[in-house]
Amino acid sequence: MTAQVAHPMRVLIPTPLRSYTGAREVEASGGSLSEILLELDRRYPGFRFRMVDEQDRVRPHIRVFVNGEQVFDLQRALQPSDAVHIVQALSGG
Amino acid sequence: MFSSDGARRRWQADGPHFLGQIVNHMVLDPRDGRTLLAATSTGHLGPTMHRTTDFGRTWKEAARPPAFAKAPDGQTGRSVKHTFWLTPGHASEPNVWYAGTSPQGLFRSEDGGNHWEPFGAINDDPQYRAWMGREQDGTPDGPKMHSVTIDPRDPRHMYIGMSGGGVHESHDAGRTWAPLAKGLEVVEGFNPADMTFHDPHCIRICPSNPDRLYQQNHCGIYRMDRPTDEWVRIGRNMPRRVGDIGFPMVVHPRDDKVVWVFPMDGGSVWPRTSPEGKPAVFQTQNAGKTWKRLNNGLPEDQAWWTVKRQAMTADSHDPVGLYFGTTSGDIWVSRNEGESWGNIARHLPEIYAVETAMI
Repeated sequence: MTAQVAHPMRVLIPTPLRSYTGAREVEASGGSLSEILLELDRRYPGFRFRMVDEQDRVRPHIRVFVNGEQVFDLQRALQPSDAVHIVQALSGG
Repeated sequence: MFSSDGARRRWQADGPHFLGQIVNHMVLDPRDGRTLLAATSTGHLGPTMHRTTDFGRTWKEAARPPAFAKAPDGQTGRSVKHTFWLTPGHASEPNVWYAGTSPQGLFRSEDGGNHWEPFGAINDDPQYRAWMGREQDGTPDGPKMHSVTIDPRDPRHMYIGMSGGGVHESHDAGRTWAPLAKGLEVVEGFNPADMTFHDPHCIRICPSNPDRLYQQNHCGIYRMDRPTDEWVRIGRNMPRRVGDIGFPMVVHPRDDKVVWVFPMDGGSVWPRTSPEGKPAVFQTQNAGKTWKRLNNGLPEDQAWWTVKRQAMTADSHDPVGLYFGTTSGDIWVSRNEGESWGNIARHLPEIYAVETAMI
């Protein structure tokens, strides 16, 4: 087991996905964004498919920030001290 | 959801369900009378599917909604934008459901809609992929797989409609498919031998005679009587000023000579609204030889309605009740097979589908 797993990081959840988590902020452990999302999907079934499609592409109106920096690569390595923000990019009307 | 007793005079609204989400289709399982599937999506999140067995008091999300197979490394795979169409399986196959998606794909569930598997025979077939076209070849919000139809005499005998891509038939539960395009017209200047240019809007099989099919197409209203494989354009008998373009097709539950359509303006700029702003349902009682205008109770002028292909349906009462919903959020009901109409809801969001169920 890695050090990252022992120290969960904070993940901020956008309002459209809070029906899954029931909270605006959750903790999750993993060495990459991909691992974090898989863990969240195990705890909140259906969560991942709403923001990542079946080709492992982040959906068009979803953005992920790590420590304030926008990240597009789900394999991006994470440190236990990182803060992950999932954001719904509002658009239209 | 709106409910009434058999008289269908007073309707009670319940909801909203899925506020902020698009419900492309919601269908009750006629085999158990209690499982209701709803294909949902939002403008920002991915599509999903919800299921209830207590008429919407509680909803449970599907464990695996329709999704295409993951593409091999180095290839670009497709992703489902929304599930557009739901069809319960044959009476002999409880818990089997079919779904059509946008972009076009066909999916099957064997556990009441909880887990969905793609149909590789269509979704990954090079010829069918070519006929489906790409994003820019479909309807404004994406190409649609729809009208998934099961022969009530044989669960292996199926039809599908592809917008665009034509009508197709399978005799082996979807393992192999063949086009069914003879007699169908396409937009002037295009080659009807190429399925790419065919656009069926809605195909219905007659419950009282499964050898008879009706179709509202981008280019007319058609009927097919099996075992022939030729569509006959019965819309030629519609009034010329109205034309025979529209989205929905509704068949009578007990009489294969009676169908209803909701014509729209398919003229030069395709506004998709009622011709001349005068909405009307048209009915034939003789399998398309003659048509009758049914607009008693509907606005007489300046009503520019659009009714989508799942947004008009019938119940199985006698006389049959008819129902349609507009993209501007109205629901209209006839308790007498279309002779007169009344409004039961206004100011709803855009209506994508209207379905009935007797409980």
